[in-house]
Amino acid sequence: MRRRDFFTVLGGGIVVLLVDDASAQQARPRGMGRQMPQDVAAWLHIGEDGVITACTGKVDVGQNSRTSLTAAVAEELRVPVSSVRFIMGDTDLTPFDGGTAGSQTTPMMWPQIRRAAATAREMLLDLAAQKWNVDRASISIANGKAASNGHTAGFGELTQGQKLTKTIASNVPLTPATEWKVAGTSVPKIAGREIVTGAHKYPSDIRRPGMLHGKVLYPPQFGAKLASLDPSAAQAIPGVKVVHEVLAAPRPGFGSDVVGVVAPDPETASKALAALRAEWTPAPSQPSSSDVYSYFKQTAEGGPASSDGLTTYTIAYLAHVPLEPRAAVAEWNNGKLTVWTGTQSPFGVRRELAEQFQLPEESVRVIMPDTGSGYGGKHQGDAALEAAILAKAAGRPVKRNWTREEEMTWAYFRPGAVIEVAGKANPDGVIAAWEFHNYNAGSAALRTPYHVPNAREQFHQTKSPLRQGSYRCLAATANNFVRESYMDELAHSIGMDPLAFRLKNESTDERLRAVIEAAAERFGWANRKKTPNHGFGMAAGFEKGGHVATCVEVAVTNGAVKVVRVVEAFECGAVVNPEHLRNQVEGAISMGLGGALFERVEFAAGKISTNRLSRYRVPRFADMPAIESVLLDRKDLTSAGAGECPIIGIAPAVGNAIFDATGRRVRSLPMAPQGLGRAAGGAG
Amino acid sequence: MPVFPFQCKARHNRAMANVTELDVNGTRRRIDADAGRTLLSVLRDDLDLTGTKYGCGEGQCWGCTVLIDGQPARSCLTKVGAAAGKRIVTIEGLAPEGKLHRMQEAFLEADAMQCGYCTAGMILGAVALLRSNPNPSDAEIVSGMNGHICRCGTYPRIIRAIHAAAKKGGRA
Repeated sequence: MRRRDFFTVLGGGIVVLLVDDASAQQARPRGMGRQMPQDVAAWLHIGEDGVITACTGKVDVGQNSRTSLTAAVAEELRVPVSSVRFIMGDTDLTPFDGGTAGSQTTPMMWPQIRRAAATAREMLLDLAAQKWNVDRASISIANGKAASNGHTAGFGELTQGQKLTKTIASNVPLTPATEWKVAGTSVPKIAGREIVTGAHKYPSDIRRPGMLHGKVLYPPQFGAKLASLDPSAAQAIPGVKVVHEVLAAPRPGFGSDVVGVVAPDPETASKALAALRAEWTPAPSQPSSSDVYSYFKQTAEGGPASSDGLTTYTIAYLAHVPLEPRAAVAEWNNGKLTVWTGTQSPFGVRRELAEQFQLPEESVRVIMPDTGSGYGGKHQGDAALEAAILAKAAGRPVKRNWTREEEMTWAYFRPGAVIEVAGKANPDGVIAAWEFHNYNAGSAALRTPYHVPNAREQFHQTKSPLRQGSYRCLAATANNFVRESYMDELAHSIGMDPLAFRLKNESTDERLRAVIEAAAERFGWANRKKTPNHGFGMAAGFEKGGHVATCVEVAVTNGAVKVVRVVEAFECGAVVNPEHLRNQVEGAISMGLGGALFERVEFAAGKISTNRLSRYRVPRFADMPAIESVLLDRKDLTSAGAGECPIIGIAPAVGNAIFDATGRRVRSLPMAPQGLGRAAGGAG
Repeated sequence: MPVFPFQCKARHNRAMANVTELDVNGTRRRIDADAGRTLLSVLRDDLDLTGTKYGCGEGQCWGCTVLIDGQPARSCLTKVGAAAGKRIVTIEGLAPEGKLHRMQEAFLEADAMQCGYCTAGMILGAVALLRSNPNPSDAEIVSGMNGHICRCGTYPRIIRAIHAAAKKGGRA
């Protein structure tokens, strides 16, 4: 949207454009600048009807950013939450955004939206002062109205007849956390009612007039190439059209061919897909989930480090398993492409589509309805690309919903890893040596937060047989699992209590110490009582601006691990929404239990065998421990995101508790895929 | 886990007549659907009742739960022919005239969702649970609801919501 278009689209009133230096430095697509000024990070409009519209390229995949951002506007504009409308993740209406990732919505976008709203409030004060010819200082703004000595006016009355635009820098003063009235409170989920009534339209629920349904033929294994295609049987089905496109840039694993079918209903599309006769040239041999760990070492760039004296841990690949599989609806109108799709990166998907169809980016609109979760797994635009190709060929809108099997095969995965670690603790508890090598997973939380002189920590880039990508906290889960497990090994090597050992080596990070102490106190760590088959474990860490400490109790019966109780202390600066923060912490613990105990992607010869929920176990009601969250609200600190960091403590805390219960150190994730007895990999 | 009550034995019987009418949310809806199609597809694609969600297509997640004659059923496994002539309730039918069901209210009050994609199935499953057991224990909720997956992990809140709805009493 161009600046002048605000008033065409939304009517008169006032607009605040927020200029952000940091986001201006983010990677930008080519061809930007003809539309939204490049440096605008957020904008806000107050209409002549008093309706407040705010806008961001961020999206909501269940982490409740729509609610927190709405509360930000309500806070700074002194209006009820219900009077604010938020447009999110629509590339025609919202400013460019690099993607909803890295827990950046709260630390970056949340203050920006507040600054835009605070500026609008100042503009309203000016308008009221002008209107009533009174001193600005005599005007107060509360509850959606300005008032001064007998005058009152709603925002709409003040913005009547105006077309004011103000561009501001990102350094406008904000209401301090200690004075918050709406922010910092448990504002209920904005779309809650639409969700419990089934009214909310997720991407897979979108329907367009004349819409057809599409399916795509995928290779029988990653990297297999299409040798021949006989579409005649499929084409003979009434209403079916077969589409065959060759991509300029092949998609890894999928290849360059996009072969699909469209039909009036999904069942006919499925029949047509099954009727396609294709022959494939097999891919060269690929590592399997059982030999991938040696493959990581073999393919390490610059060769692997010496393993002498190192203890090996292994981390399995994980699937995100969003309950809503990838979905997109694409529609072409006079050369312009509009796609509704569930993505954490609407502008990234727009770029993918513009490149594929050789269109200027303004000829592609990507709209992201609040989506059935992501967990870092929905950045790429595969479903959108397929829907757009099929819709173009069909000359009608096309819906492309991935099946569960497709989602669990053709999405990308959280990377597997080999991690090798060594260290030494002196008898007084001081860590004297520390060496740590991560193969493949990544470098998030690679560095130990404890005070260790001459630590050697290295991430080794390797090849991955599977397409891999982001996930909540990505490598930080793997790195924390190993570091905190090995901290426990070191504590036991000198007979020191794991809590005391951590506090002894905690460096100067008082925030880490605070969460460790808070978790230990609520858990009753000092007074824990050993009983047969039960064990206690703890872990701590920080990532993405959050600090976390986790204490757990497990019960191990005949190799079956049951996590009985979890206490997690979490601190991410000033708390934005206590109830939603607790929900994130609990959810991260629940999800993290899966990766800790039983989730793993199994594959061989380029095929995923864990491609269904009946073959890939995710946490269920019966797996839930009693969960207590302890929130440390640091109103003196900037708010950080909470969708990721709370997941990193659970796996090592559970592993340490298993050791406490059984004397057995499990050095592989998942730790108990079929109970402890058959734990794979480096189980010791 | 409740036993799946509607097995369509004539799954591949092409001679099976089309279904022309469904009783959904108290209304007779005209359709023209092959009896072997899934109820999920007919609800979503023919009737645009998209509150019922596809999650896995193999009965593992219960995200597609609807009530058929008051019993919870996985619409992804139910053939529309087996649902014909029976009373079907989807999430859209739980709040007639805009008045939320006590279970819907309880889910909102407990903030028992994140992305909300599993919520419709969860609520209908929980409604059915309370009909058969008006005051379930934690363990009974866990065993009654264990088929449902919430990938965001809001299980403890859902348990809390079901307890709260049970306490409210009233319309099941």
